[in-house]
Amino acid sequence: MPANRFNNFTDYGIGIGLRAPHYHHILTRKPVVDWFEIISENFMIDGGRPLHILDQILEQYKVVQHGVSMYFGSAERPNKEHLRRLKTLVQRTNTPWLSDHLCWGSVDGRYSHDLLPMPYTFEAARITAQKVREVRDFVEVPVVVENVSSYAEFHVSEMTEWEFLNEVVERADCGILLDVNNIYVSSRNHSFDPYTYVNSVPAERVAQIHIAGHSKYKKYILDTHDHPVIDPVWKLYERAIERVGHTATLLEWDDSIPSFDEVHDEALKANRFLAGASLAKAV
Amino acid sequence: MKLLSLQRRMARAVMTPLTPSERMRSVAPDGRSMRAVASEIIKPNDRLTSFERLEIYNRQYWFRILSGFAEDFPGLRAVLGGNRFDRMAKAYLTDCPSQSFTLRNLGSRLEAWLQKNPSWTAGRRDLALDMARLEWADIEAFDGGAEPTLKPEHLASANTAKLRLRLQPYVQLLGLRYPVDDLLLEVRKGDDDAEVASNAFSERHHQKRVSAVAKLKPSPIFLAVHRMDDSVYFRRLQRDEFAILTALRDGKPLKSAVEHALRKSSGDPEELAANVQHWFQTWAVLGWFCRIEDKKSTGTDRSKALQRPSRRA
Repeated sequence: MPANRFNNFTDYGIGIGLRAPHYHHILTRKPVVDWFEIISENFMIDGGRPLHILDQILEQYKVVQHGVSMYFGSAERPNKEHLRRLKTLVQRTNTPWLSDHLCWGSVDGRYSHDLLPMPYTFEAARITAQKVREVRDFVEVPVVVENVSSYAEFHVSEMTEWEFLNEVVERADCGILLDVNNIYVSSRNHSFDPYTYVNSVPAERVAQIHIAGHSKYKKYILDTHDHPVIDPVWKLYERAIERVGHTATLLEWDDSIPSFDEVHDEALKANRFLAGASLAKAV
Repeated sequence: MKLLSLQRRMARAVMTPLTPSERMRSVAPDGRSMRAVASEIIKPNDRLTSFERLEIYNRQYWFRILSGFAEDFPGLRAVLGGNRFDRMAKAYLTDCPSQSFTLRNLGSRLEAWLQKNPSWTAGRRDLALDMARLEWADIEAFDGGAEPTLKPEHLASANTAKLRLRLQPYVQLLGLRYPVDDLLLEVRKGDDDAEVASNAFSERHHQKRVSAVAKLKPSPIFLAVHRMDDSVYFRRLQRDEFAILTALRDGKPLKSAVEHALRKSSGDPEELAANVQHWFQTWAVLGWFCRIEDKKSTGTDRSKALQRPSRRA
């Protein structure tokens, strides 16, 4: 069953992030996994072990690329070396779509290596959408943008985060990687209703969903990807699936990474909701 | 406020070094109050002030790049000691913020920066510079490009006077003053062992070993940092061996590279010739030479080459 035009008409199931502590397990045990998400930048290199491992993974599994430093929202133009290396990797992996974040992180050629929040202005939406189009035209695969967790809001913002997301994806005509954990984290940090966000997203553009755990501090929540998914995030995921249907879903676990089986089992909990979506569609 | 202006202001604040207690500074680099800077761009909420919200990003930035940098230079940390290394890292990353989309390149300007800022390595300057060079070479060798290797049959028709052999991009050649290769291997082993011991024990052990190496009289060593089966190795080279490889890397034709490298050698010519033959065999076995693709530039005999099918697909 095809999904949508923003994930290249694929029908992916539940994936997990490909992380170094699991390489040995994956290559020796060959567990059944629907797909792996790789961090593009880790493989935008000229040679060596990472690419060797990736090639072995590609022989057995479907791989989707997820970037962390294209910075669609940075005011500066895309870095040409970055684009060239990204395209080389896209040709290697045959990723059906390519995701990166709706954020900024570099200015005047200096990189923060962080996902910095956008000011929700029309100017920013125009610049961001232009950059998404530029990247998509260069790499020649569908590009989808992911909402980030944030800890700050700007005075200059002219709209809500979800209105900004919609503005960007309409202008760029691109898909969305809907991170429901990020919505939850931001909703707590900025005191909005996460369901308003999920209900406002154009369902037909959601190409992929991220789920993850986070860390709670006294005055804010930090998106740390080092815990299991909490129930309120699963409920938000349930609502998202009700709206967008059976959608490629990925669990992110990037710090204090437990065993492969533990991570995979956590991801497979999404089946409860995806099965429901399939059933509803059949009825 | 325009997007670019806002991003410049926020980036300046985020990249401002933290206080010794790892909090955001109260004064911005331009002398203004950081509270005022934060209030101008960021809204407060019912739990956090503008300053506190900006501080989350300021702290995340420094925690991320400092941990990435420390991961890449455990040997230099051992040479300088933990406290001095941490202060040096903050100074370096303040002067040389990342200009790359990948954290891998954080240390690319370290050696040059240390040369310009000798106070950070005072007392152990050469040892620290050697270690910084070795650790950067290690990064380059780990994921540097690899081209198809040269096979003996590729040389069958070569004109050795004009033949230029290219080294694999991942092969790094270093002339050093201290045996930092041994030291780095010990530091890494110590760090692995420290997973079951305490960090303090590991640091003390490193310092003892570093002190012993620092007391050695500087003596040149030549090293190839290379890769085999996806693992990085340090291979000690003889002076003449290093000179030939360096000449080849500099683009000299094979014949003149050997002549140039050995012009100052004073050994027995027959023994030297045997050594050179042995070295080339070893380098070929290790796959250090790239396959020759461009017949014109490699000096392949053109009359013979025209009779052969192209190796290009």
